[in-house]
Amino acid sequence: MDKVNISLNVNGEKVERDIEPRLLLTDFLREELFLTGTHVGCEHGVCGACTILLNGEAVRGCLMLAVQADGATIETVESLAGEDGQLNPLQQAFTDCHSLQCGFCTPGFLMTLTQFTKENPNPTEEEIREAISGNLCRCTGYANIVKAVKQVTHQTV
Amino acid sequence: MKPSKFKYLKPSSVNEALTYLEEYADDCKIISGGQSLIPVLNMRLSTPEFLIDVSGIKELNYIREEDGYIAIGALTRHVEVENSLLIKEKCPLLIDAIKWVGHKQIRNRGTIGGSIAHGDPSAELPCVLTTLRGEIVIASVDEEEVVGPEDFFLTYLLTSLQTNQLVKEIRFPIMTQGERVGHSFVEVARRHGDFGLAIAAAVIELDNQGLIQKAQLAVGGVNPVPLIIEEAEELLIGKKVTEALLKEIAELTSECVDPEGDLHGSADYRRELIGTLLKRAIEEAIARAWEGEEKVG
Repeated sequence: MDKVNISLNVNGEKVERDIEPRLLLTDFLREELFLTGTHVGCEHGVCGACTILLNGEAVRGCLMLAVQADGATIETVESLAGEDGQLNPLQQAFTDCHSLQCGFCTPGFLMTLTQFTKENPNPTEEEIREAISGNLCRCTGYANIVKAVKQVTHQTV
Repeated sequence: MKPSKFKYLKPSSVNEALTYLEEYADDCKIISGGQSLIPVLNMRLSTPEFLIDVSGIKELNYIREEDGYIAIGALTRHVEVENSLLIKEKCPLLIDAIKWVGHKQIRNRGTIGGSIAHGDPSAELPCVLTTLRGEIVIASVDEEEVVGPEDFFLTYLLTSLQTNQLVKEIRFPIMTQGERVGHSFVEVARRHGDFGLAIAAAVIELDNQGLIQKAQLAVGGVNPVPLIIEEAEELLIGKKVTEALLKEIAELTSECVDPEGDLHGSADYRRELIGTLLKRAIEEAIARAWEGEEKVG
């Protein structure tokens, strides 16, 4: 099968690979780059566990071919913490507010909320709930996720 | 849940894409945002030999005002429409509707042309295009044609688009501006962002006595294609709405649709629901028309 050469920027590093065009972006990140923080849940765009940032915008990694990310800038959950493992304010808020239980959905929520809190630094509760409506948490810990967003946007909880 | 093998082609112009389409018409699919197609490929419900990725065609990404309509290039993404001040001013029904399309992550990728070409009867954009009597510009190597939604949408997920044709542009008529004009888009879904169980859109214009002089009404999700409720539009002309009139419209709407039932709602439920939704849409559009008059007056 003909492979296609792609080059893109992932978490600040330039990456170049020859890949099969049918490779999904999530599988590219996990299996070619070993960035396993991006989780694979439903693989048809429902659960949001695979959410990553494509040129700064939250998108579903499973609803995109890696070949379509040629030339793009990608950020995954691995880009959030500092080099020394220091959590960023959003991640810290998640730990403070117990916003994760099993943690499977967490990378997707974090990436969705990374774009959201950047664009909307002072959201209402309704806006927060709307923002996370495309991510599923099967532990149903939504209330604490909303709480974490309030914390990180400096709102009284 | 992985796509089967295909050959990948990435044209950088419309002409190049059309040439590929002509050549590989027998077994190819067009992809751009992929928000509807990738699930289909992942589940191997479709296994094309060639995948033509049109997402690099810059000339099909635009929103501009033309004579009487807003022209949206097929590759314009939902998020770009959502944030367009031109559309907010000239075609606000589209803004109201687009917020119902999937979730932010979907709208960041999905394209307007893709939504129309997919032909899902429960999708929001086909319903808006139908309500406003918009048009779709379709191109092949040999010719370009402009078709209305009534000729384009044939049945569930099937459009008149031939295998060598590409959707180039969607035209949404500019809505009447100013006082005494109101619109409404209502939808019921199991959860926000899910496919709509039933959707209804209404645009109403009142004359200076407050009588309805123009009504555009359409529904989606309850029929193989988006449907204009023509009988209801005619019934409203020259009248003030009363509870009895709205009830009559709700009943006739329920009668003229042909919904399918599934896990999320039976056919009977959807039939009943759509009457109520169209009634609500008419009421809200009229209320907004009066608000518009207060603002101006």
